[in-house]
Amino acid sequence: MTTKFEVNGKQVSVDVEPRLTLADCLRHELRLTGTHIGCEHGVCGACTVLVDGEAVRSCLILAVQAEGAKITTVEGLSNDADLTPLQKSFRKHHALQCGFCTPGFITTAHALLTEEPDCDADRVREVLSGNICRCTGYIGIVDAVLEARAAYKK
Amino acid sequence: MKLPPFEYACPTTINEAVALLANHSGEAKPLAGGQSLMPMMAFRVAQPSLLVDLRKLPGLKEIKIGPDGVRLGALVRWRDILDDNRLAAAHPLLKEAVSHVAHYQIRNRGTVGGSCAHADPASEMPGIAQTCDAGITAMGKSGTRTIKAVDFFQGALTTALKPDEIITEVHLPAWPEARRYGFQEFARRRGDFAMAGVALYYDVEGGKAANAHIGVFGVGDCQRRLPKAEAALNGKAVDEALAVKVGEAAAAEAEPQEDIHASAAYRRALTGTLTERALKAAAARPVK
Repeated sequence: MTTKFEVNGKQVSVDVEPRLTLADCLRHELRLTGTHIGCEHGVCGACTVLVDGEAVRSCLILAVQAEGAKITTVEGLSNDADLTPLQKSFRKHHALQCGFCTPGFITTAHALLTEEPDCDADRVREVLSGNICRCTGYIGIVDAVLEARAAYKK
Repeated sequence: MKLPPFEYACPTTINEAVALLANHSGEAKPLAGGQSLMPMMAFRVAQPSLLVDLRKLPGLKEIKIGPDGVRLGALVRWRDILDDNRLAAAHPLLKEAVSHVAHYQIRNRGTVGGSCAHADPASEMPGIAQTCDAGITAMGKSGTRTIKAVDFFQGALTTALKPDEIITEVHLPAWPEARRYGFQEFARRRGDFAMAGVALYYDVEGGKAANAHIGVFGVGDCQRRLPKAEAALNGKAVDEALAVKVGEAAAAEAEPQEDIHASAAYRRALTGTLTERALKAAAARPVK
């Protein structure tokens, strides 16, 4: 099926089977391999992307369901010039080790901070509970997200 | 795992969607938020030949609040419920229950209709539907009908829905302002499936509990009310001693299952403890 949507500000058109998930479409059709796939059944959060600004698991949405949507992947949250405030904060607080889960944490944290720049530590922990990290123990990630709040306040 | 192959349709009217389901003799499935159906397909628990995507159907995304209660369109997402400030007064028990549903990303996609049609025994929404005597409206090729929650949920992943029927609305009867309620759920990690959960409410008449509704989820193969525990609550003034007694009645009445997550005895004890806590929370909550 021919499906058109927007990814990181660019219109794309893909010809895919209905069974292809958005996660696989991004990685294999569009070569946007920043989105990682862990569990493929909606448990680990590694494949989180933004669909019309909202964080969703891209393994639990079909590519054909993205028709007309605006998708933002982790690639769309960075620029070539400099690290973003969220990326800087992750580096400063050692919020990653192996990095496999990091794209999911960045996209989730970006959605949270955009919607709720005044969230407290409990809210950050509650929201990040949908993402699994097997290295850091989460403390650094929570600290990084809390510090990045300042950059999202208007 | 990757999903098994299937065909996909995205109709723009509900009649068209019903016709697609009816013409596939039980092999087609409606797709709402997909937060349960997609994992089921990844695990090959479900292998529909056709997915009928409901996302373009009009009129299913509204939350209507009126004198007769709250009407949730089938495509209302958990996030929509949490974001709707009117529900804090119109149905605080629903709002509290939904805050326990899965995780942030799931709540951005998962729907009321999808959760009821899926009927996972540990899900919050069917628990609220049972506790609150919800009416579930479905449309099929022979028309529209409203099914009482008690008749709708028939067992684990089993409902009264026919293969050609699509849920359109879940109706929760009106919520009096002074009603007292409690909601308790226990899982090892936040967002996990409940090992046991309790949703309850009662009204106060002359200082005593009346119209008690106590429902459990994650206990047994289906969400259900506990009439004996309700009888132990009705007509009595709620204090700590009564909360303990009603908890004991709930534990005795529950029909818990055993699985890798917990033994039946543990779930029974949890049911008692959670009922007791929910009742204490209900009694302690300030009422206008």
